[in-house]
Amino acid sequence: MSDLTAPGGPAPDLAGDRSYPGTLLVGCALTGVVVLLALVSFVWTPYDPGLIDGLHRLQGPSGEHLLGTDKFGRDELSRIMVGARTTVFVGVVAVGLSVLVGVPLGILGAMGPRWLGELVGRLGDLVLAFPALLLAIMLSAVYGGSTLTAMIAIGIAGIPTFARVTRSGALGVLRSDYVLAARSCGLSAPAIAVRHVLPNVSSLIIVQASVAFAMAILAEAALSFLGLGTPPDVPSWGRMLQESQELLFVAPRLAWVPGAAIALAVLGFNLLGDGLRDRLDPRLKERR
Amino acid sequence: MSTVVDPVLRVRDLTIRTRSVELLRGVDLTIGRGERVGLIGESGSGKSITSLAIMGLLPDNVQATGSVRLGERELLGTPERELARVRGRDVAMVFQEPMTALNPTMRIGDQVAEAMLIHHTQPSRAAAADRAIELLEAVRLPDPKALVRAYPHQLSGGQRQRVVLAIALANDPALLICDEPTTALDVTVQQLVLDLLVRGVEERDAAMLFITHDLAVVANVCEQVAVMYGGRIVEAGPVNEVFRRPRHRYTQGLLAASDLAVDPHSGQLRAIAGSVPAAGRFPEGCVFRSRCWKATDQCRAEPPWTGAPHGPGYACWHPAQSEVIT
Repeated sequence: MSDLTAPGGPAPDLAGDRSYPGTLLVGCALTGVVVLLALVSFVWTPYDPGLIDGLHRLQGPSGEHLLGTDKFGRDELSRIMVGARTTVFVGVVAVGLSVLVGVPLGILGAMGPRWLGELVGRLGDLVLAFPALLLAIMLSAVYGGSTLTAMIAIGIAGIPTFARVTRSGALGVLRSDYVLAARSCGLSAPAIAVRHVLPNVSSLIIVQASVAFAMAILAEAALSFLGLGTPPDVPSWGRMLQESQELLFVAPRLAWVPGAAIALAVLGFNLLGDGLRDRLDPRLKERR
Repeated sequence: MSTVVDPVLRVRDLTIRTRSVELLRGVDLTIGRGERVGLIGESGSGKSITSLAIMGLLPDNVQATGSVRLGERELLGTPERELARVRGRDVAMVFQEPMTALNPTMRIGDQVAEAMLIHHTQPSRAAAADRAIELLEAVRLPDPKALVRAYPHQLSGGQRQRVVLAIALANDPALLICDEPTTALDVTVQQLVLDLLVRGVEERDAAMLFITHDLAVVANVCEQVAVMYGGRIVEAGPVNEVFRRPRHRYTQGLLAASDLAVDPHSGQLRAIAGSVPAAGRFPEGCVFRSRCWKATDQCRAEPPWTGAPHGPGYACWHPAQSEVIT
């Protein structure tokens, strides 16, 4: 028998990893700007984004109008700020819908009986096989084009991806020894799902959510561009892009301002997703 | 193994099969209060499936027949809901791989406390948290008060295995199953973990089933031993008896191949010829026949159990004659 009073090795390093990848910082900054613009627009915009000013139509950037005005003389910057609101709102609701439905379905598919897993998988295939844009067009044909229809359509289209990501992650977690250990402690299946499976797939879900957010922004812009999403009186980046179409050669600025906003927001959320994955996935930590 | 009056664990004629393959046949195992029994055999001999059967954690696609009694309770065929009440309270398990046996997203203290809160063996969260610190102290982890807030990746393998042990002992189980608890550890840490295991079990007067392929560890830790091959127990008895005078040819081969029996002349170990067949590929009759150097035609028939029923004995047609191995 060895000396039982011997200390059990060096004291563990409780400080942990505190480094952050560059992609995460840039992603945070870009998404932060979008969210900030949206929040500020509630209390202050340079001008009323709906104010029509016939005297100052199609003006270039100036001290008065930082990003110029559109064909009705409305302030472009104010419209971009209020448009950010729509963008963030659509993203949050659409991704929220996908997560709230997709994640439980994925966990059920992984932990439930085999036929349930198969059913979830096949239903997911069915939705995935159906183009999201077509779904949105169908929904707005039936219920009329609105921001809500767009959000629901984008949300539904995202469900199978979340269900699939969650299911495959959960299957891996369920094979792990600590789930076996938890079962050997007598923990029930629902408790295992909440306390062991969900926390261990949450990083996957967060990463997927940030990517889905970027896709939702793009989809909303596309739907508004097609006139199926946000109604004309509400500023939206996609709709601004669409309205710029007829003036593309007169005032190209009207196309690239909302275009750049969309591109930067999408880039921001994608970088955020990449950075979060690097930060949260312990297997990638070694390589940095 | 010996004739225990009031056993903690009594396995009788346990047979486990998938649709096409027999994994375990007619396994008998008896462990009394405070007794430590080693279950040895090569990889693929059915040790781990035996432990899973005792825990009631067999996968859905296998069928088990026979009897597994824990105290007064029959575990085979018991509904999951009732099994969950037994698991972790009356029987607990220490796993082989400490690096994966803890949830990476939960604090150490929460994981130890959880074991007690599931079975309401502590009245409150605060009481369970306090008890968790005591348990971590009992397995000699440094600074347990700070450690309860740590995550598993901040600990070394040996430290994690001690956390796993603390969890297993949290509810003072009547039976502790250890599935190769030291195999994945550094040699220097192995002895410490073994000592803690034995002490933890002794303090609680609990029974222990120690699964390993390391004969030296069994000689060190256990009083009784059962040798498994091809899903059957081929020899069982007191460690002294079995290791000094193995009767079954497989036990003999296993001992010759272990570091308990280094050839004093060459310093080499003798290996058993061939390798363990895949499940379902074991020969009919004596399962060891295909690798046995004494096998004859008689071995095509299944050898009967020689010795006490459900007790010490062996199943071999050509047993070694009480020879002491060199």
